[in-house]
This record gives sequence, C-alpha cells and structure tokens, in this order.
Amino acid sequence: MKNCDLVIIGGGPAGLAAAVAAFDEGLRDIIILEREPTLGGILNQCIHNGFGLHTFKEELTGPEYAARFEKLVYDRKINYKLGSTVINVTPQKVVTYVNEQEGLSKIQAKAIILTCGCRERPRGAINIPGARAAGIFSAGTAQKLVNIQGLMPGKEVVILGSGDIGLIMARRMTFEGAHVKAVVELMPYSSGLNRNIVQCLNDFNIPLKFSHTVVDIKATNGRVSSVVIAQVNDKLQPIMDTTEEISCDTLLLSVGLVPENELAGYAGIEISPITNGAIVDDRMMTSVEGIFECGNVLHVHDLVDYVSEESAHAGRCAARYVTCSGKVNGYVPTVGTNGVRYVVPQKIAKSDSAEPISLRMRVSNVFKNVEIAVLLDGEKITSRKKQIVTPGEMETIVLNGELVQKVKKGQKLEVTLNVGGTK
Amino acid sequence: MYDVLIIGAGVVGSAVARELARYKLSIAVAEKEQDVAMGTSKANSGIVHAGFDAKTGTNKAIYNVLGARMYPQLAEELEFPYRKNGAFVLCFDESDKYKLEELLEQGKRNGVSGLSILTGEKVREIEPNVSDKVVAALYAETSGIVSPYEMTIALAENAAENGVEFLLGQEVTSIKRSKKGFKVQLSDKTVEAKIVVNCAGVYADDIYNAFTDSQSMRIITRKGEYCLLDKKCGGLTDKTLFQLPTELGKGILVAPTTHGNIIVGPTAADLPVKDDIDTTYTGLNLAFDTATKSVPSLSRRNIITQFAGLRAHPEGGDFIIGESEVPNFYNVAGIESPGLTAAPAIAVDVAEEIANRLNADKNSNFNPKRKAIPCFARMSDSEREQLIARNPLYGKIVCRCENVTEGEIVDSIRRPLGATDLDGVKRRTRAGMGRCQMGFCTPRIMEILARERNTDITEITKNGKGSNVVLGRTE
Amino acid sequence: MKELICINCPLGCRLNVDDSNLADIKVTGNTCLRGVKYAVSEVTAPKRMVTSSVPVAGSSVSRVSVKTDNPVPKEKIFDVLKLIKTVKATAPVEIGDVLYRNICDGVNIVATSTAPKV
Repeated sequence: MKNCDLVIIGGGPAGLAAAVAAFDEGLRDIIILEREPTLGGILNQCIHNGFGLHTFKEELTGPEYAARFEKLVYDRKINYKLGSTVINVTPQKVVTYVNEQEGLSKIQAKAIILTCGCRERPRGAINIPGARAAGIFSAGTAQKLVNIQGLMPGKEVVILGSGDIGLIMARRMTFEGAHVKAVVELMPYSSGLNRNIVQCLNDFNIPLKFSHTVVDIKATNGRVSSVVIAQVNDKLQPIMDTTEEISCDTLLLSVGLVPENELAGYAGIEISPITNGAIVDDRMMTSVEGIFECGNVLHVHDLVDYVSEESAHAGRCAARYVTCSGKVNGYVPTVGTNGVRYVVPQKIAKSDSAEPISLRMRVSNVFKNVEIAVLLDGEKITSRKKQIVTPGEMETIVLNGELVQKVKKGQKLEVTLNVGGTK
Repeated sequence: MYDVLIIGAGVVGSAVARELARYKLSIAVAEKEQDVAMGTSKANSGIVHAGFDAKTGTNKAIYNVLGARMYPQLAEELEFPYRKNGAFVLCFDESDKYKLEELLEQGKRNGVSGLSILTGEKVREIEPNVSDKVVAALYAETSGIVSPYEMTIALAENAAENGVEFLLGQEVTSIKRSKKGFKVQLSDKTVEAKIVVNCAGVYADDIYNAFTDSQSMRIITRKGEYCLLDKKCGGLTDKTLFQLPTELGKGILVAPTTHGNIIVGPTAADLPVKDDIDTTYTGLNLAFDTATKSVPSLSRRNIITQFAGLRAHPEGGDFIIGESEVPNFYNVAGIESPGLTAAPAIAVDVAEEIANRLNADKNSNFNPKRKAIPCFARMSDSEREQLIARNPLYGKIVCRCENVTEGEIVDSIRRPLGATDLDGVKRRTRAGMGRCQMGFCTPRIMEILARERNTDITEITKNGKGSNVVLGRTE
Repeated sequence: MKELICINCPLGCRLNVDDSNLADIKVTGNTCLRGVKYAVSEVTAPKRMVTSSVPVAGSSVSRVSVKTDNPVPKEKIFDVLKLIKTVKATAPVEIGDVLYRNICDGVNIVATSTAPKV
C-alpha cells in the first residue's frame, strides 16, 4: 500500500481549489483522484458564461474557470490521476481506487478531502407518473449531450424546474434550433438568477409557469409525445382540473441536486439529513477525524466562486491537520432557526485558532427586508441586513474567531432571520 | 422446419426453450420485442414463493412447490442473483389469525416445509421495522428473492448457447396448419414447426384465439405498479413482507431485492388494453400507503424509480398448461404469480411431453452451465485486481452509482443475445439502475453501444425501435 | 413604455422604463441606481454574450466550447449562431484562440476550452 499525506477525491472546482490551498500551506505530498478523463468536473460542460465574478472579477465560462484552477495545479506540479474512480474509503483513511493503467490500488492517507460533487435528482425521486419512454433527461445529461457530444436530445422541449441549470438549458436548446415550449416550476418563485430568467427565457419568449408541475407523461412508439401539466395548490399538490397537455418530444428535469455521499457512507461519516452532506466543523472536518468535505458534496452551492473559497479553506485546514494535527477542546454547535434552513459548518471547534469563521446557510422561503443575525444564547453578536433572501441563494455571515473561542461549554450559536415582510 | 417454435421469450418461453435444448431438437423462439424478458418477466416482484398461497391440487400449487425447489441449483448453474431470505405474511388483527392457520395448513398440504406461525413480538425481534400493529405472522423459511429479468436472460442465453435460435423483433401475425405442423407468419418471415408452444404472456389468448378462430381462452391483463427505494433503505427488511392475501392477489409487499434495494408493490388493476405500463398517481399512492402499514418508516423521499408490470391473469384462475384442443399446439398461459417460481418446473414437464411426442433423444452435448457477466461491484478487491489484469476495461467505472465497469458493459453487448440498447445494458449489468437513474452514464453507454455495435450514436435507442435517445446532431 | 426585470440582484425589481425620449430615459420601480443603468442599456442597446460549442478535428475531444469575446447586439444572436455553425476547428486549440474573426461588429469567436492534438 502506498502512503500519502493528503488524498483529494474529485478533480472538480472543489478538489482543485483544495489542492492548491493545501500546497500553498506547505503540504507537498498531495494527490487528486478524478474519475473523468479530464480535470474540471462538471464545469467542462457548463459552457455558458457567468462564472468567476467574485474570484477573478471577470465573467468566465465554466471551462475557462476550471482552466484557471487547473493551471494553478499544473504550476505547482501537484499529482493527479485521471480516469481513476475511488470505490472505497475506510474510517482508517485507506482509499481504494481503480483505473485502467494500475488496476486496483490502495493509499493510506493522513488526511482525505471528499470533493465528489453532487448529482441531479431523477424523475423517480419526484414521482412523476406516466410513460417510461425515451426523451426524458435530467438537464445536466442533456447539457453533456449537447455541449460535449454535439447531440440533440430533442426538438420540442418542456423543462420542469426553473433552477439555473433548467434556465441555461432552455437557452442552449433554443440556440441549437429546438422549440422550448415552457419551463414549469412547482414553486411560486424561481430558484434561478433573475439574469438567467431574463436572458435565457424572456429573450426568447419562453413561458415560465410558476406553481405548476408535470402530472403525466405520454408516449408513442417509445418516445415522449406530450406532457400534461397542472397547477398546484398551496400544499404543492396538483389541481387535477387545471391540466393542460403540451405536445413535445423531450422533457428535461431540473428538479434539484443531491450531494454524492456514497464514499462518506463507507467511511462512516455522519450525514446531515437536511443538506445530505457531511456534518462538519469550521475546519470542514467530518465526524471522522482527518476526513474533510467541501464543495457541492457538502452542500449544494449557488456559485462556483463560493465552492472555491470554501474548498481553499478546507485545503488549508487539511494541510494544518497533517502537519500539526490541531487539538480541539470541544465544539460549539450552530443552528439555523426562523427561516434559516441549515447552517454549515454545523459546529465550531474550540481551538487556539482565532481566524474569522464563515457560516454558510440557505433560507427556506423568499424573505424581504431581513436581518440575518447570529445569536449566542439569545444575545446578538453580529448581523447583516439584506433587502431580499431567497432559497436559491446561499448566504454567508462571517464571525469573529476570537469571540467564538470565548464561548463557554454548553452554549450554542443560533443563526436566525429577523423578517420585515415575506413575499 | 423447426421441431418446436416457442412464442414469447419471457421467463416461461425461455425456460421451456432451455429444457427442450436438453433434447436433440431444432428449436426457435419468436419474440416480438428486440430483447428477451420484455413483458411480465422484467417487471414483477421477483419473489420465489414458498407455495402456501395456492389451493391444494391446482397447477399453481403443484408447480410453485416444484419450481421453488429447483431454484438453488438453477441459480448456481446459470449464475443469476437468487437468495433464500424467508417471508412473513403479516396479520394485523387478532380476528384474522385463523387465516394464518389456514395458510399454514394449505402450505403443509401443498408440501411446503419450514412454515410456522410467530407472534408479533417475535416478528419484530427478527424485523424491527415491522409495524407495532402486527399481531402475528406466518413465517415461510423457504421463500426467496430473485432478479427476474436476469434469470430470464440467463435462461435464454443458456438456451441459445445450446443451439436454440432466438428470432427477436419477430411478432407472430398468423398461424396456420400445414402438412407437417404449423406455418407461422412472423414480422419479416414465415417459419414452419412441428410443434408450437404459446408462451406469449398477456397476449397468449390473442394468439390462441386468432389461430383457433374462437374465444376459448381469456387472459385478463392486470397491471401492478411498484416503486423501488434507494439502497440506503436496504436494511428496512431482510424478509419479504406480505400482508394477508385478498381477492386480487397476494397484495402489496415490501421486500429486499437481490441487489439490496427495497421494492414496494404491486397494485392490481385490470386493464382493457395490453400495453399500458404507465405509472399513475393513484397507483403510487396506493402502493406506498398500503406498504406503510407493514413498515411505517418507509419514506417517499427514498424512492428512486417507479415502474409498472402486467400480469397475465387466466379467467379460470389456474395456469393453463399443456396441449390444446389442437394437437401439437401447446399453451403455457395465464402464468401469473407464482408463475416466476413455477416456470422452471412447468418447463421441465412441457419439454418432456414434447420430447416424448417427437421421440427425441437426449442431447448429450447439453451444457446446463452459463457464466454470468463478472460483477465488479460484488467482488473482493483481489478478484477485482485479477479481473482488471485480464482486461483493463474492468478498471474503468462507467456507472458510478452501481460501480459498473466498461468491461461489463462490453460483455453485455457481445454475449449471445447481447444488449442492443440502454435498457438492455441496464438489465444485464445494472448500469443506470442506481440512484442517479442513468443521469451520468447515459452519454457514455451510448458511446460504448455505438462503438461495439458499429453504428452511429444517433441510432442508439433506450428500449427498442423508435426509442432513439437523441434526435440527431447539433449541426 | 417598457417593462423590465432588473438582473443585478435577486430582488429582480420590476422596472418601468419610459423610453419615449431616448435622450432622457425615465426609470421607475428600481431600488438602487444599478437598475437605472441596466434599464438604459437594455432599451438603448441590449447586448448579450453568446456561447456555444464547435466540432474539432484531430483531437482526443470531439468539440471545443466557444464564446464571443465581447457582447453582441441582442437582435444579432441568431445571426452569430448561424455563423458559429460554420466553424470547424483543428487541433491543437488553446483557450482564447480566435476561431472566427469579426463575426459581428468587430466581435470575434474565441475558444473557451482546449483541444490537444493527437
């Protein structure tokens, strides 16, 4: 068995940023294991622009954003293996991977960072009844077919879900000559950016139907021939006398992303039922000592810039863990209340570090004129005002590290919304 | 001129074909779909029933018990997934307990061993997720689970390896008597056979009635809807959990699959048509709500897919097996539950009768063994190392949810009766059966299929003719 | 009068734009000044970046992604796309390589991914 200080599982934006940061923190014995034939992860198929405004102060396409980080990895000569799938991670930090060249290999790692990303929820997960025919794709699959393989998933398209991937694919399919007949959204609001609603739908007169869902899929000769949509009530249940049949040959699903935590499961890492990612402390360390998690495998981010930022932090912390292990004197839990659906990290390690701590969170509804406040035993220690918060956007609040380290045993940090009015 | 033409390559047709291959006969199987196991055989509960349900003395009872006994050896010979996991029939009401006794007695009469009645507490001791409302259960030790499509594929492959010819994509359009037997018109050709065996599932009555110009057979198409839960729920139950049976069948079960998922279903709805396998809201709700009675902690959040299957319910209630009123025309029809369990035993009897009729000798070259596609996901690390050393394509994982390698996918395409489309690959390798349901692996499997079959990628289909995955190129 | 949704932040202000006098465009419904700036550019000269992918010969990858190196007038998006369809790249391709010069108003089509030569 080989040994390695730091094994990073996944060569997408999270893995690349973590590797670079760990290197810059002084660690040299690092390896990135990537299952695809290229680094960059899902960014490679996200050929639209809009990435990197925070990180690089310019708008890049997905492949360009990935290339910037790949270059940082190449410049540092950080090791990486492509076409290599990790099939097991043990709590003792033994990583098993396979590839064509070496067969099956095992590495004993001192630290591991899981950066496996997320996957799209399939049709079955949202229980859409009807025919099981060709022509039903998750939006990301369609994106890969079009952008990487030059194949047309269909010509007459209905899209369920108005998250950014769904919106981007509406425009992409339109660009390739398809007729996108409607984007159907279960919620009364979109989780996508306004910019994408304007530039991907409105520019091309594609209707966006809020509070609607697909209630049936019809097919002829093995191919989708139409979908039936219906309005939903305030419990999100379809109202069956509001149905409308839209003829189409393709249904794209953009109905949510789920972190890919199979490996975390093998390693016995505790998973949050809310984020579907690991429960981590402020170092991004999971419940298994020395195993870290960051990026979309930890919780689904809205912008890749935040993935890079979070992952760089994880990379630095992993490097420090390898070199000086880092004693912890208990934890301060963080909880979200009153509209804050979750907070990551879920706990803050009490140590001698006094670095500022970023709390990332998602809210459960659209709220206007809110104050995001952090309370320590009911006392406000910091807050931020926002004109609007939406479930589609991740919010961040930064805590003074010194202050947190003074927190006593048994106390907890509460992140809450003080709401002016809801939409 | 064939000695025997079998109509339908489901589990029954494939089992009959394999049993007939033990004799020196020329045998063909005509199947209207592009693959085997495309009807009932690919969408059912996958249960090897112990044999206590059916009324003593019926074909159902006899062949169920005989069939169940054949499974361990058959699974070993043909290397398909099968496991004896045991089953409970759950009783929720003290006043219904006598029904468990009746089932137990019937089981004993049918020749089933390993039956006992347990208290609710004992049941929950064995399966802690079973509802508190269960007061008692019949325990059937010999009940098992099987992957029904993999079993059917295994039977068909083994039959093909032993010389049976499979005519895929060939629908029977007419059957006429000829001098030496029957003249059967298929989609693209006419074939002749001395003996015809009708194993056409829900279409068996159409075939027989058209041929005899009568209405003498009636098969009712009964739809059953299922949902499949993520492997992370695999621990919910190890035993198959039935509820006390009703008029329409054995009711809705909760069971593990041979691959570690949990299956919930089926509903039962009689259909006026024979090709409706759409899932419905009401079906899903019914299946799930009923199953929750057995296991209250089932959660819809963990459903990864839903599907529906059709059962061939014979009007008379019992399996129709044997030579029809027309000499040399055999029916093996109405093989609804416990048909999957019974099929191997039915096949033995039918084949023997036909072989006797034709005075056929034993085929000394018959090889009962069939090698399965290597299953990377289930191997030990040292087995995996050896496998990749043999062929590096086994080191390339294509389906990340089920850990299916490119080597396995290539195998599934190159085998006798190999996969020709995405669903064919899926049924043979499990690529795409995991929690992302082909989200990530679709583009890659399309490329592999196109390469291996030497066809353009735009020609690749999901599931038979017309189901092209993409509609052309972007240029 | 035109109605627009401001794209600068999640508020998505509904902007009412009086563009009867292009020299003096009046915007209401905005929450901040970015809304005015956006509305003026949208009614006077709306522009968009266009991204797509094109086939590439002689590489291990079959396509490279491309973009306009500057935004193009919104009404010319489909003209630009039509011309992008004529592009056939040849490996090696590096990010930033111009694959179509002056596709529209001095804007070029540049590669946004690499295609190594095999």
